[in-house]
Amino acid sequence: MKKRGPLLLFFISLIMLLSGCSSKLLVLDPKGPVAKTQSSTIIFSMIVMAVVLLVVYVMYIYMLTKYRATKANEGYEPPHIEGSKWLELIWTIIPIIIVVILSVVTVRTTNAVEKVPAGYEDQKPLVIYASSSDWKWHFSYPEENIETVNYVNIPTNRPVEFRLYAFGPITSFWVPQLGGQKYAMSDMVNKLNLVAEHEGSFFGRNSNFSGKGFAHMEFEVLAQSPADYTKWVDDVKKTASKLTEDEFNKLLDTPVVGRKTYSSTHLEFRPAPEGANGGHHHGGGDADAKDNTGSMDHSNMNMDDMESMDHSQHE
Amino acid sequence: MKLDEFFVTGEPMIYAAMVSIVVASLAILIGLTYFKKWGYLWREWLTTVDHKRIGVMYIIAALLMLFRGGVDALLMRAQLAVPENGLLDAQHYNEIFTTHGVIMILFMAMPFIIGLMNIVVPLQIGARDVAFPRLNAVSFWLFFAGAMLFNLSFVIGGSPDAGWTAYFPLASLELSPTVGNNFYSIALQIAGIGTLLTGVNFIVTILKMRAPGMKLMQMPMFTWSILITSVIILFAFPVLTVALALMMFDRMFGGQFFTMANGGMDMLWANLFWVWGHPEVYIVILPAFGIYSEIISTFSKKNLYGYKSMVASMVVISLLSFVVWAHHFYTMGHGAMVNGVFSITTMAIAVPTGVKIFNWLFTLQKGRISFTTPMLYTLAFIPIFTIGGVTGVMLAMASADYQYHNTMFLVAHFHYVLIPGTVFAVIAGFHYWFPKMFGFRLNERLGKLAFWLIAIFFNVTFLPLFFLGLNGMSRRMYTYSAGSGFGPLNMIASIGAVGLALGFVVLCYNIYWSFRYAPRENASDPWGGGRTLEWATHSPVPEYNFARTPNVKGMDAYWHSKKENQPLFEGKIEPIHMPNNSGQPFILGVIFFFLGFFLIFSWWIPSIIAGIAVIIMLAARTFERDHGRHIPVKEIIETEKKLGGELV
Ligand code: HEM
Ligand SMILES: [Cu+2]
Ligand SMILES: [Cu+2]
Repeated sequence: MKKRGPLLLFFISLIMLLSGCSSKLLVLDPKGPVAKTQSSTIIFSMIVMAVVLLVVYVMYIYMLTKYRATKANEGYEPPHIEGSKWLELIWTIIPIIIVVILSVVTVRTTNAVEKVPAGYEDQKPLVIYASSSDWKWHFSYPEENIETVNYVNIPTNRPVEFRLYAFGPITSFWVPQLGGQKYAMSDMVNKLNLVAEHEGSFFGRNSNFSGKGFAHMEFEVLAQSPADYTKWVDDVKKTASKLTEDEFNKLLDTPVVGRKTYSSTHLEFRPAPEGANGGHHHGGGDADAKDNTGSMDHSNMNMDDMESMDHSQHE
Repeated sequence: MKLDEFFVTGEPMIYAAMVSIVVASLAILIGLTYFKKWGYLWREWLTTVDHKRIGVMYIIAALLMLFRGGVDALLMRAQLAVPENGLLDAQHYNEIFTTHGVIMILFMAMPFIIGLMNIVVPLQIGARDVAFPRLNAVSFWLFFAGAMLFNLSFVIGGSPDAGWTAYFPLASLELSPTVGNNFYSIALQIAGIGTLLTGVNFIVTILKMRAPGMKLMQMPMFTWSILITSVIILFAFPVLTVALALMMFDRMFGGQFFTMANGGMDMLWANLFWVWGHPEVYIVILPAFGIYSEIISTFSKKNLYGYKSMVASMVVISLLSFVVWAHHFYTMGHGAMVNGVFSITTMAIAVPTGVKIFNWLFTLQKGRISFTTPMLYTLAFIPIFTIGGVTGVMLAMASADYQYHNTMFLVAHFHYVLIPGTVFAVIAGFHYWFPKMFGFRLNERLGKLAFWLIAIFFNVTFLPLFFLGLNGMSRRMYTYSAGSGFGPLNMIASIGAVGLALGFVVLCYNIYWSFRYAPRENASDPWGGGRTLEWATHSPVPEYNFARTPNVKGMDAYWHSKKENQPLFEGKIEPIHMPNNSGQPFILGVIFFFLGFFLIFSWWIPSIIAGIAVIIMLAARTFERDHGRHIPVKEIIETEKKLGGELV
């Protein structure tokens, strides 16, 4: 029957996806533990859902081939069937069981991706402030006291804590191969913990529509070995100029800029909206505050602390 | 304001649109005058309070909007077909996907459904009209005023460009200084009030005006779905009203509810929007479930399987629909705890939805299935919508959604739900109930051709988007680089969109062809398997619906009266009381249109005048004494004879 055309197409694509082609899709080609948790969650859910689809499709095809009106059953009078308690109960309970299983997986993996990835808890995370403005990304390294625009270098095998906020509309910070996205907003700071376990250049972008230049709001994440990373930081400190307030304001006003590198950050004169400067807290009840999985910024850190931390980290 | 700010300028495409709008309007005006149709138009349509005619007007408007939204879609797909395409610039693309989303959901899907429910629900419950016929006309004209106002933004003032979700602060005056988003807030507000009134009207109609003997648990499934939908409207739309009002304050009166400075909360908008927006999705999908239930049982010649669990599942869905809204922004940073809760409530909706799918499958079992056009759409709905459903469960898992959010995967998912769900359903319902509107059926061969084009090319258009999403393509990108590797799949999707468009063209040609050539059957039950009361009266349905009130003894009343040879209609014909036509709803709509227009441009004095005019209209209505009129017995008998008369 012609109706199976689209279904066939779907299954072929599904098979293609689950076999060889999968390595080509960024989301299913993780390069770090967060993205890995997510891609295995996705593949697990795909398999469960494929089973559900299969059951529906088999029954569907059976009903349609068996009970179609033909010349042979011309006088056939279909019976009156009210329903069946048992059958209806079965197709209520089995989906409930499936949903329960998926719920357990979801809650666990959601907790996992909100935290510092397992195995990296005792390392001190590298803090990088990632802020968006029309239409670029600023990356400030308070520890190293450097800042980049539209690219970010990180060391491999070390947890990186991105602190996200925005000058302007809501944006979403996304590096598919390292982990899922999170919003950057003007009134608060969101945290995103990522680890790169492979060296390489990864594609990152703003995923939340933010106006005219949105499509071009991409950045590169370059994961380097710790040694290379340190070397790069040293280089920047030696060669790059300082980011002055004037320069920063000019940057904010320029819609599209290429890559930039500076040997100081904008955090000193334009601090992130966190701690004492923080805006509202989204949905953060007490329950949220107690378990540390909440990704909202609940740190009471104020800018003075931060600066002292900056200095202590200077090499 | 300067004239070149008032009219949108500098775009050849928009100049062409302006010219064609003017030409088309002139042609209509001249045509109406030449054929002396002004009086007819006014008497029979603009002033009507007949629920069937109001329904037809809703459907005409919805079809027009389907084409407007469809052209937007084609333009988007044309732009995305190849990397670095220069057909549209960013601004133009942003306006197009914004208007596409708004128009498809609010000015196409909703009115199409409201049109069908207007036509069918009173018939299915054996009523002569809706509870408040005049209010019903007001609802329509408010919707229509809102729709026209929104479309006007295309040529006057500029279209909104912050997405159909209009997230703040992007949609604020600071970042969107043109009047585009004023159009959004005002046009949606006016149309939304109309929808809210419809919800109230249908709750009362269904609860109060059922034919004697029809218990709640004997109502046809479509009527059930509309009752539940109306309740959702009643709870969801006031949220939209408030959100849009706050938006209006922010944009026009210097409010600071959602701004970046002065304590405004961007995410407050997102929350309010989706507290309305998620239930809205069910407002357009539940009636579809009702339509499919009717069609599937008619064309497998069986009663609906598991009636009670069908009703129960819709009730459960309607409750759950209000507690899942945060799944639209798992990524805003409210933590694993909140996300976990919303994941679970979201996935829970899959359970009642699954129950419905299996009940439909078992309705087919032991049936005698005939593949008519409405049935084909219904049958195609099951496998395609299931894909939309299972991908919805995947999206519900918060940890995974961090990867899908804002990507083409999401766009694929919601088209896989909305098109087989809502669009196929309204088309199926349109074919199915067409004889009730006009007395004849649409051509089946053309109908099937359109169906196959739509069903096949739908998948060609939207299946690739799942993979594009997983490959890192965000939604709402007006272009992408060749290096991204998004090119080939986008090309396939765009080819699919052309095929899909072709399907819709055939659908419309079918309407035209059938009006000219289709045989006029005038049978009350042209499909031959009608089960519910709407098939017990003539096609087309006379003004008064039923010459005598039906006497309902159980479910599928018409079917049983045929099978058991028991008369549905007893007693003698008596004069029928009907409401009078009125020009007021139309005039009120026109005033609201101008009120909205003046507000959008912040022309305060005309706004105040229009506002006073609205109040005068409402006041005048309260002083009016209009008790309607009676159709005399003689006239009823004549009408019945003319329409075939076998029912008298
Ligand atoms: C008829 C064929 C259709 C095609 C080819 C189509 C295509 C598209 C495309 C290309 C986008 C924008 C993707 C992006 O850049 O983000 C989009 C967005 C959207 N579509 Fe459709 N669409 C169709 C029908 C529909 C229908 C029937 C509905 C609703 C009932 C609908 C609802 C939406 C919504 C809500 C959006 C989101 C707009 C936004 O991003 O703000 N579409 N569609
Ligand atoms: Cu915020
Ligand atoms: Cu939702």
